[in-house]
Amino acid sequence: MFRFLLSRLALIVPTFFGITVIAFLFPRLLKGDPVLLLSGERGVSPERYAMLNEQFGFDRPLIVQYFDYVWHLLGGDFGTSIATKSPVLHDFFALFPATVELSLFAVTFAVIIGIPAGIIAAVKRGSLFDQGAMGIALAGYSMPIFWWGLLLIVIFSTTLGWTPIDGRIGLRYFFDSVTGFMTIDALISGQRGAFSSAVSHLILPTIVLGTIPLAVIARQTRSAMLEVLSEDYIRTARAKGLPPRRVIGVHALRNALIPVVTTIGLQTGLLLAGAILTEHIFSWPGIGKWMLDSLSQRDYPAVQGGLILIALVVMVVNIIVDVLYGLINPAIRYRS
Amino acid sequence: MALLEVDNLTVTFRTASGPFVALDGISYRVDQREVLAIVGESGSGKSVAMLAIMGLLPPSATVKADRIVFEGRDMLAMTPRQRRQIIGKDIAMIFQEPMASLNPCFTVGYQIGEVLKYHLGMRRGARRKRIVELLEEVRIADPIHRMKSFPHQMSGGQCQRVMIAMAISCRPKLLIADEPTTALDVTIQKQILELLMQLQAEEGMGMIIITHDMGVVAETADRVIVQYKGRRMEEANVLDLFANPKSPYTKGLLAALPENATGDRLPVVADFTPDGPAAP
Repeated sequence: MFRFLLSRLALIVPTFFGITVIAFLFPRLLKGDPVLLLSGERGVSPERYAMLNEQFGFDRPLIVQYFDYVWHLLGGDFGTSIATKSPVLHDFFALFPATVELSLFAVTFAVIIGIPAGIIAAVKRGSLFDQGAMGIALAGYSMPIFWWGLLLIVIFSTTLGWTPIDGRIGLRYFFDSVTGFMTIDALISGQRGAFSSAVSHLILPTIVLGTIPLAVIARQTRSAMLEVLSEDYIRTARAKGLPPRRVIGVHALRNALIPVVTTIGLQTGLLLAGAILTEHIFSWPGIGKWMLDSLSQRDYPAVQGGLILIALVVMVVNIIVDVLYGLINPAIRYRS
Repeated sequence: MALLEVDNLTVTFRTASGPFVALDGISYRVDQREVLAIVGESGSGKSVAMLAIMGLLPPSATVKADRIVFEGRDMLAMTPRQRRQIIGKDIAMIFQEPMASLNPCFTVGYQIGEVLKYHLGMRRGARRKRIVELLEEVRIADPIHRMKSFPHQMSGGQCQRVMIAMAISCRPKLLIADEPTTALDVTIQKQILELLMQLQAEEGMGMIIITHDMGVVAETADRVIVQYKGRRMEEANVLDLFANPKSPYTKGLLAALPENATGDRLPVVADFTPDGPAAP
């Protein structure tokens, strides 16, 4: 296991350098000059432009800029945002917990509903439930997020008034951020109603962000279960006289989980990378919204740093998935 | 009293091109301590019959029979729950592909222990002891260590031994062996067959052995049923069958044995209609 983990970690190094190249070049390929954008409508004198260019180091050859950037990265310095003037790392980690909190809620929502729905659909293949669930899954998968989010806001927030429209917590609550997770911080603060306010603010974004992963997980679980249910060892389990819930819930599910865990891992990676649309619709102060804002301001250090940090998070999630494979199916662990 | 009596068993599968009759009104009877061999080529309905008795066929299959009686208990009248109390305990089955028949995610010890826990309610310590005993009985070396192995860490022969250990764990009265040696090497085939026959004699089990290998039939069976395309061609005592086969199909089957080959060419069984060989 240790060697397996080490070999996976070793892969991070070349991937990391690949990502630095892409993250460095990508914002520079976009049209628009950060210095000009920074100076706003009034424009900037050629002298001041040259001075600012020199200050940010944009006057040097690209290759020099790149190696300088990577050198600083290795020392843990992700640069300073042009827009906020604060360290990129600081900005990222100030917003990242909001994205993590929302992503975890969304993935949990998708898993809790998606896996059982997929299992039942597979076991009752061709039934009304199967057709209904898979139809809904397809609809969920094809749903434009912005439309779905707005629809839910119109129904549940403005018409029924059941859920808040945006933000992470009601305005009357104020407390210091300890963990960055609003639900946990609300509990720690001990303020009455703070926790339920934080949870109520999470409901709609969770549903909107979790809909596509839910659909993907349900369909993946169904197809993986269908494949596994026809395996010889399932026949053996039934021949042993085991009750159906044990045959399906233990013998079949454990084997079907491999592709499902892959899907969950990929979806989690995607969500952690920032749910730009969902965060935008619900004014959720997370990474997705921050990246979008940084990009429109051509804030090179913020975009570069954000991309690299997100890529690192996705790589870590993938390693966790790889380790989970081994735990679920020992054949994979030993072969590796 | 017969151990298992099945009268007029018919199995029909729903297929895209209409119903397909896999088994057409065959009756079986196995006595205590008796070894019944069911012989036939692929598609003769040997396995389907046994899976039907065990209740293991997919929902696309319709099983009809006048009677399925095990130890005087009518299995047709049983609820699935009641049937599950017999399956795996009093009637056990082993399959053709031992490696695919064991769950890759669980240790072999766990898979044997599950039967002991579910049917006999054994506690952890007792289970462990019994698993080691069972692995010793099927002659797996170093059972304490081996019970922690996963199926992929074992050979095909060892996996089949584990399957046998699992099948005999509750001391079943009837063991159904569905081509238990087909997927194994020739040397291992002999060992597994000897093990099965020894256990059958020691435990006094009734046994149904499904095979297409006439050699296996000669070595193991007391009585033989020859099947072809879901119908019974012949039923006879094993000695009578080899000495004096009555059905033309059985004659063809025996003539097709490699040791009966004359010259360079092996005789083949001609296509049959249930009433006799088809016209060439």
